[in-house]
Amino acid sequence: MKDKKLEVSAIENGTVIDHIPANVLFKVISILNLDKIDKQITFGTNLISKKLGKKAIIKLSDTFFIDKEINKIALVAPQAKLNIIRDYSVVEKRIVEVPEEIIGIAKCMNPKCITNNERIVTRFQVISKSNVKLKCHYCEKITDQDHIEIV
Amino acid sequence: MINNKSLVSITDYSKEEYLRILQLADEFEKNPQPGLLKDKVVATLFFEPSTRTRLSFESAVLKLGGKVIGFSDSSSSSVTKGETLYDTIKIVSNYCDLIVMRHPLEGTARFASEVTNIPVVNAGDGANQHPTQTLLDLYSIQKTQGTLDNLTIMMVGDLKYGRTVHSLLMAMTQFQTTFHFISPDELKMPEEYKYYLNQLGLKYTEQKDFGANVKDADIIYMTRVQKERFSDPIEYERTKNAYVLKNKMLDGTKETMKVLHPLPRVNEIDQDVDSSPKAYYFTQALNGVFVRQAIIASILGLK
Ligand SMILES: [Zn+2]
Repeated sequence: MKDKKLEVSAIENGTVIDHIPANVLFKVISILNLDKIDKQITFGTNLISKKLGKKAIIKLSDTFFIDKEINKIALVAPQAKLNIIRDYSVVEKRIVEVPEEIIGIAKCMNPKCITNNERIVTRFQVISKSNVKLKCHYCEKITDQDHIEIV
Repeated sequence: MINNKSLVSITDYSKEEYLRILQLADEFEKNPQPGLLKDKVVATLFFEPSTRTRLSFESAVLKLGGKVIGFSDSSSSSVTKGETLYDTIKIVSNYCDLIVMRHPLEGTARFASEVTNIPVVNAGDGANQHPTQTLLDLYSIQKTQGTLDNLTIMMVGDLKYGRTVHSLLMAMTQFQTTFHFISPDELKMPEEYKYYLNQLGLKYTEQKDFGANVKDADIIYMTRVQKERFSDPIEYERTKNAYVLKNKMLDGTKETMKVLHPLPRVNEIDQDVDSSPKAYYFTQALNGVFVRQAIIASILGLK
């Protein structure tokens, strides 16, 4: 029997986001607003990964991110890696980094916070990056890693 | 220094700004300067009732010669008709020069200060902040001790949920304070504050009852211990009396020591303390008016 290889086509130019935990693939898509871009997107999920168990991967043709944009996914996919592709080869590898401030992505875990009661864009100061701790700009309470919910 | 700037959180002000407010409060205590707020309108928006705080603010405005509009209970305002806080603040901003607001939800004052150009003074947002209370506490401490530097403050009661003790602690860290924390196990000072004190190298002790430390205290800051905070009602019955201050417990304390309480008290200060020269909580409430005069005048750039 012939070896069967997974067919996820190579891209000529663009970005490959690898090592996304499988269960947050759609969160990553929504955080990066990938549902709104008109470039070719290929994704695979529930792929076997030694590191993550099951991972997802996104390939984006002719799409490149600035750090500020891509770092938004650090909250849900801290181990994500980016490969920047030019002319079918990887020209640069990047990792994501938790930004100093998180705007409009996470939900405050304090039910008495005004942001959970009115339509207000949430805003947090990141007070710890390794074990993520977010301090709400409004109610000043801390939302920790285990309680982060994406809006 | 403080010009047209909202006061939302006690950490919005620097040590210099605290001292400037206290200095101004002292001026207003000696002379209320009723002409200062002529032609100014202050709105007091109380989305939850707090009669004492509201009256204190309104008294401060009136003493300065200003006018007050507002509401004291959201059920009588358009809020019950489903109007958003955003809309309420936008509309009220057309009618006044400064907004004083109290709200049961946390973060409301910060949000309000971002949707209007008019300065906002936070008069309490849920369990979060009540910065004017802290400034009046500082004023009371400075007035009775002659200084804020190198004092020993004993905080007693509910140190876990007590918003006033947390803010006072944060403010007093600027003045090399030593703290004694007295509380039931279930209501101990949260780790984050102790961590902060450790980082600053400030001294503190923690215990369940007054003990010998009471003799060192310059200030005893009492708070309410609520029965509902206890998971075990028997534990409450066992500990409750330890947190009721009685006059004889003040034996051997410093002559200059004063007892403060943010009020209202329920039963945590026995009435037999009231006649002691060490009881200061009612004067502390009066000081709130001078301090609020100072904050309002300062924020409006009139002083
Ligand atoms: Zn919040």
